[in-house]
Amino acid sequence: MRSVAITVNGERRELQLEPRELLVYVLRERLALTGTNVGCDTSSCGACTVLLDGESVKSCTVLGVQADGCEITTIEGLAMNGALHPVQQAFHEQHALQCGYCTPGMVMAAVSLIESGEAGSEKAIREGLEGNLCRCTGYHNIVKAVAAAASVTA
Amino acid sequence: MIPAAFDYEVATSADHALSLLGSDPDAKLIAGGHSLIPALKLRVARPSKLVDIGRLGELAYVRDAGDKLAIGALTRYKALRDDALLQEHCPIVSTTAGLVGDPQVRHRGTIGGSLAHGDPASDLPAVMLALGAELVIRGGVGERIVPATQFFTGVFQTAIGPGEMLTEIRVPKLTGATGWSYVKLSRRAQDWATVAVAALVHRDNGGLAAASIALTNMGATPLRATAVEDALTAGAKPTEAAEHMADGTDPPSDVAASAEFRAHLARVVGKRAIEEALSR
Repeated sequence: MRSVAITVNGERRELQLEPRELLVYVLRERLALTGTNVGCDTSSCGACTVLLDGESVKSCTVLGVQADGCEITTIEGLAMNGALHPVQQAFHEQHALQCGYCTPGMVMAAVSLIESGEAGSEKAIREGLEGNLCRCTGYHNIVKAVAAAASVTA
Repeated sequence: MIPAAFDYEVATSADHALSLLGSDPDAKLIAGGHSLIPALKLRVARPSKLVDIGRLGELAYVRDAGDKLAIGALTRYKALRDDALLQEHCPIVSTTAGLVGDPQVRHRGTIGGSLAHGDPASDLPAVMLALGAELVIRGGVGERIVPATQFFTGVFQTAIGPGEMLTEIRVPKLTGATGWSYVKLSRRAQDWATVAVAALVHRDNGGLAAASIALTNMGATPLRATAVEDALTAGAKPTEAAEHMADGTDPPSDVAASAEFRAHLARVVGKRAIEEALSR
């Protein structure tokens, strides 16, 4: 076991982890943050996307111990004082979800894309979300939502 | 999928990493982990110990080194894509780095990790081969420099020996006389290349003086398409030269494509790469 300290959604969490524990399971099973979904478990689908020091990563392909000393933001950490994050609000308004399974990962990938200034056009958004799969094929409204959120936060 | 148990140490310097690596013959280095962690989860890799070099800032850089650029092995794909020196002097590297995987992968994966993993389906190995890059390998007794032509030795196999680590990659600065292209074909945007072709064409007095063409996922290692290079240098048109793109290759058959289809794709993609390189 190894002692780590990870700041998750602004709160410092001290944990004893086995080195082989994947970040997504640390979040879901150790910290009960089950908003982050496990989809393919092979770093393809993006359902487990969270922010690591502000950048999107697939948490099924990061070891918990690799996040020692880092800041993690999950879908639970976006809303502030009861108000949805602009990307969450845009997903709501544009009906950018069907079954909802990919949604937390899509939202986190979109937040990273917008914050890095790479959501400036529909083409850029489509390419920027290449790491996230929606098996309902609801991409059109997702892209609309990200564009709407990007224009609000720009 | 959960990896088998392993010990874990965080290296605080390159020398520290080498000392940790030397203390355990079954230890492996981990950088971004985007090749190794999937292998750990499938349990096709079962190291006794991981030595984490992912935070060694001393090995994350792109530096001007005269007629070359020196790239630290721990430079991540996104940093390569956005690097001003690479964009100006060796844009085939920055552009190709932006085509690897997807944003999440590019936030974590490193050039050194990709090259050391030796996956013939990865993008940067063929680019390094086409560029004639030099790879700096550090071991207990010092450094040695291995040319890209001798670095890739088989599927997931490289010239890096036990107790050694790749620390730096040196690529030539390209001038306006050199056109470049990397064309990649894959079934889904984020997939590994089914086939890809890296092309560099060196112009002289308005004509083509030399060409350097390398293939991704057409054999156990990235391969130079020497028959194509010779044909181009002898004055063949891109369409004619590209007919030789699969000569001497041994492409795999898998769910993405049969070997025969890959050979066909190599000719199609290769022609596009040559034409794009000639236009730049």
